[in-house]
Amino acid sequence: MTDTLPAILLQLVQFALVLAVAPLLTGVARKARGRLLARKGPPIVQPYRDLAKLLRKEAVLAENASWIYRIAPYLIFAILWLATALVPTFAIRHPLSPAADLIALVGLLASARFLLALAGMDVGTSFGGIGASREMTIASLAEPAMLMVIFTMALFVQTTSIPSIIDFVLQRPVGLRVSFALALISLVMVAIAETGRIPVDNPATHLELTMVHEAMILEYSGRHLALVEAASMLKLVFYLSLIAAVFAPWGLADSVAGGAPLLVGIAVWLGKLLAGTLALSVFEVAIAKMRVFRVAEFLGGALLLGLLGTIFLYVSQSP
Amino acid sequence: MLTTVLAAALVLLCLGALAPMIRGARRGSGDVAHDLVYLGSAAACLVAGSVALWFLVGAQTASVSLSLPLGIPWLPAQLRIDSLSAWFLLVVNLIGVAASLYGRGYGRHVDEPERVLPFFPAFLAGMNLVPLADDAFTFLLAWEFMSVASWLLVLANHRQPDNARAGLIYLVMAVFGGACLLLGFGVLAGVNGAYHFADMRAHPAVGWAAGVSLALFLLGTGSKAGMVPLHAWLPIAHPAAPSHVSALMSGVMTKVAIYGLVRILFDLSGDLAWGWGAVVLALGALSAVLGVLYALMEEDLKVLLAYSTIENIGIILIGLGLALVFKANGLFGLAALALTAALLHVLNHALFKSLLFFGAGAVLTATGHRNMERLGGLIHRLPRTAALVLVGCAAISALPPLNGFVSEWLTFQAVINGPHLPQWTLRFGVPVAGALLALSAALAGACFVRAFGVTFLGRPRSPEAAEAREVDVWMRGAMTGLAVLCLVIGVLPMIAILPLAQVVADLIGTPLPALADGVTPAEWLWLAPLEPGQSSYGGLVVFLVAIIVTAAVIAGVHRLASSRRRRSAAWDCGFPDPSPITQYSASSFSQPIRRVFGTLVFRAAERLDLPEPGDVRPARFEVRLIDPVWTTIYAPLIVAVNWAADRANPLQYLTIRRYLRLVFIALIALLCAVTLAK
Amino acid sequence: MLYGLDFDIAHTLGTSVLLLSFALLYQRRLSGVLEAFALQAVFVAASAAWQAWSQDAPQLYITAVIALGFKAIAIPLALGHIVRKLGIHRTIETVLGVNLTLLAGVGLVALSILLVFPVTLASGNVTRENLTLALSVVLLGLLMMITRRNAVTQVIGFMSLENGLVLAAVGVKGMPLVVEGSIAFSILIAFIVFGMFFFRIRERFDTLDLQYLESFRGDRHVDRP
Repeated sequence: MTDTLPAILLQLVQFALVLAVAPLLTGVARKARGRLLARKGPPIVQPYRDLAKLLRKEAVLAENASWIYRIAPYLIFAILWLATALVPTFAIRHPLSPAADLIALVGLLASARFLLALAGMDVGTSFGGIGASREMTIASLAEPAMLMVIFTMALFVQTTSIPSIIDFVLQRPVGLRVSFALALISLVMVAIAETGRIPVDNPATHLELTMVHEAMILEYSGRHLALVEAASMLKLVFYLSLIAAVFAPWGLADSVAGGAPLLVGIAVWLGKLLAGTLALSVFEVAIAKMRVFRVAEFLGGALLLGLLGTIFLYVSQSP
Repeated sequence: MLTTVLAAALVLLCLGALAPMIRGARRGSGDVAHDLVYLGSAAACLVAGSVALWFLVGAQTASVSLSLPLGIPWLPAQLRIDSLSAWFLLVVNLIGVAASLYGRGYGRHVDEPERVLPFFPAFLAGMNLVPLADDAFTFLLAWEFMSVASWLLVLANHRQPDNARAGLIYLVMAVFGGACLLLGFGVLAGVNGAYHFADMRAHPAVGWAAGVSLALFLLGTGSKAGMVPLHAWLPIAHPAAPSHVSALMSGVMTKVAIYGLVRILFDLSGDLAWGWGAVVLALGALSAVLGVLYALMEEDLKVLLAYSTIENIGIILIGLGLALVFKANGLFGLAALALTAALLHVLNHALFKSLLFFGAGAVLTATGHRNMERLGGLIHRLPRTAALVLVGCAAISALPPLNGFVSEWLTFQAVINGPHLPQWTLRFGVPVAGALLALSAALAGACFVRAFGVTFLGRPRSPEAAEAREVDVWMRGAMTGLAVLCLVIGVLPMIAILPLAQVVADLIGTPLPALADGVTPAEWLWLAPLEPGQSSYGGLVVFLVAIIVTAAVIAGVHRLASSRRRRSAAWDCGFPDPSPITQYSASSFSQPIRRVFGTLVFRAAERLDLPEPGDVRPARFEVRLIDPVWTTIYAPLIVAVNWAADRANPLQYLTIRRYLRLVFIALIALLCAVTLAK
Repeated sequence: MLYGLDFDIAHTLGTSVLLLSFALLYQRRLSGVLEAFALQAVFVAASAAWQAWSQDAPQLYITAVIALGFKAIAIPLALGHIVRKLGIHRTIETVLGVNLTLLAGVGLVALSILLVFPVTLASGNVTRENLTLALSVVLLGLLMMITRRNAVTQVIGFMSLENGLVLAAVGVKGMPLVVEGSIAFSILIAFIVFGMFFFRIRERFDTLDLQYLESFRGDRHVDRP
């Protein structure tokens, strides 16, 4: 039991790091978008200031808001924080990682989404309903697409545990396979939809009939809004870390390794997050927002690519 | 042991018979009969359920048989309890207890209790007897008894015109299913009349007889379970009954049908070819997706729940199909995994579907409405019911840390082991089934956000909803018990998987690989079905850590941040509208999904009739859905039956002599057949 | 499952060609279709060039150049020109919904895997994957031709089908250039024929939608404006 304490410490560091990095990433994304559009862009630390400001403000509740509306932000934030802390970011084997495999992570995200959609419907305004309805429609395609990606990974290894998948990927000399490539594209499409980025949803919009996430949280204010916003920032970290961990696991430290590999792991992880965020910004600037009903085709495409990846797996296997 | 369950069933029967006598003996003694029936049923189910549980967890592995001096002369009624029947008895009686306690409260709101009281315990008795039966005659007798009792309960509210139609359709389907089973047993028993299950087990049918009998069994049990395309009766009949009976029909009776299927597929038919597994898998995937899509289009709360039953039956069938294909290919460990998933989902679905039907009953009691478009805002009027129904909605949407997630997780684990299968059809088919399962799980989430959100959240859409009153303690108590079980099984799945180990071992030949060498404390914590270190899920850990994190967040935010709070009018982007009609309704919620999936599956068409400015007639919006199963299968079938009936009609007006001639020809034909067969 | 870099790169290029076949089915705008087709031709060219290098078969470079110059640049430009000049409707009318078409596409890929597998059991994974990819691209091209109403998209479907043939041809060692030349020639002819076809349709019926042609068949009497 000598390594119990370091293991727990490692897990706590992970909890702290993902939370600390989340607003930074959003700040970088906003700044990069601004620069690409030839604007100055907000300061990178602006999201921290926004959150701090919201936390200081008084929370205004709608008159018929129920307890679900009040408890939901805390639960959503806690679930996303937990989920993000379970993804290997800079080290592989956290003490909590056997608690949730990839499917359980999808389940945790689904729980958060379920609560958010209910919170959107709670006040009984039309905007909340629009947001909840669209969010659940998008999820009804994004979630199976994500699971198909997981199947593709899992069919290689016959397990859904993330450390096993990472071990498998690391053992191979060159990491290019048809199924893998298809799964990666599919997962990126899902991540774009789930984090509410262009072309599926516009994180910067308000008062638009095309919005999804913002419509659900329209009534939130003060600390509740801060928590929901922080949760969606964590979601970005979650997806970027997951894609980095599964498709580019190089540089991840083994948890039993000493301090130096861990520091390297953290540095590499931050580099990957930065690269992912910049790529996302470029993509967002280059593409136009699509109509809501076109999103179904986009995600249907992601689902089918995932399925194709699974099917293609058999081609490269010996019979 | 067996006798205890039998005695409990007999007590249930007597209760049913007693109720009208007490009511008849003294006017005004309705309450006595009411309490006697419901509390007596609860006690009898409790006894039978405890015995079943004790059978499963106790060291006893041998089955117990009993031969009753009843039935036809050469075959006394055979009864037997083994691990499989004990598992289903446990499910039946667990929900039986809850439904009886709930009925103690709910039954007071039923219009004509004398149409419910005698048949409710009889229905429970029938469902207890089916798993006990050990020969074809007893099985069919119990099965039909169960069907008839539930049919009478469907007709309890016979004054509503739709219910008479529901009763008729249900009767037709029940007769169809019963006939299929009868013929199936006949084929399986063969010319020697081996109707005892032990004989069938010893000499499984081969060749065409096996194929025909299995197809008939699939039709017979599938029609009772609500498998697509035999589901059409289910969403009509289940909601027509009083809510506690709906819960039993949807939550338990469909499971008894699954029991019949498992008994036949895994126990009585010997080694099956993998093709049968593929058929079950395909039907399951179809049922799962179609069921939940139907549910999403539905506005009546109870009908929605009935459609969602079809989805969950689909999930169970996917598990059973996977177990069959793995077993046929000699992959017994994986077969055990898939069967565990399916049987666990049997229990899980019984728990949360009953909970949700109880919730729908509570809403109906409190407001008088089943249509979601007349509800809303009930979380303020029925806070406890709302919390309990929320648990049920989360569980049925397969969200961790509740029980629905565990069984779907196990099913997914079986799916990802598809590459071990040698057949190409299956290698491609299993991932497709997995994709459909994932799709149905995600759609179920949308469906129950919609159901809960429209019913309990927002603002009331009718005066009745605004004036609703919380239901009584019996109803809440039954719902609380089920909700707690949903959470406990979700957090500590080993509680339910451990009793299942013996069932699976008996049917497959090996237990779940992880349980092969006993249960270690770690396995209580981390559910790793195949090997330690591989895929694992720790419900308790996730639950506890989530609670700790949430508590920390709440404490942190309240310490560091402002904790001031103010109530004010809803902002709604600056356009608040006081009329509750402006809220998102059930049909507007499902509009995007209707456009995405509905145009494909239901050929959904929307028509908007917007009057010109100045025109005072109301605007109209119409949605037209075409049920693909109804138009492609049922409608032609009805036409064919009508055609045949028209042709057969003259036979009703023959003379005696001609009737005798018909009988004579039939006799001669049969005699010829016998001669040729010898 | 280790074949080294050689195989992986060939494989990635082939996959990209297949993915772009799906992109062709997914596009709703004509300009998008033309871009996707040009990109697909670029990947076919890259695939040919890579095979030329790895198989040490310099004649394949010519194939690559033809694919790049002709299919990736000339034809898309020409078709774009035609679309602009004729003022053809820029959105694509589909016979099936996009998702349904994609689903059918996945089904076709599964079918080609099932078809190729028994034939190539002896010849190893590399050939098998190559042939599967190529056959899938061919089938998807056909699918595009039958599910799109617009004549331009039908031409592109036909040429994307041909891309699949090239992919198969360059993947096999010792394929002579003759085949490629004849294929390129036939494409040229097809292009000219279709080009004339457009003008004729345009002149006669004022639209490029083939549906309208059907009412002029002798065996049907449908009144259309």
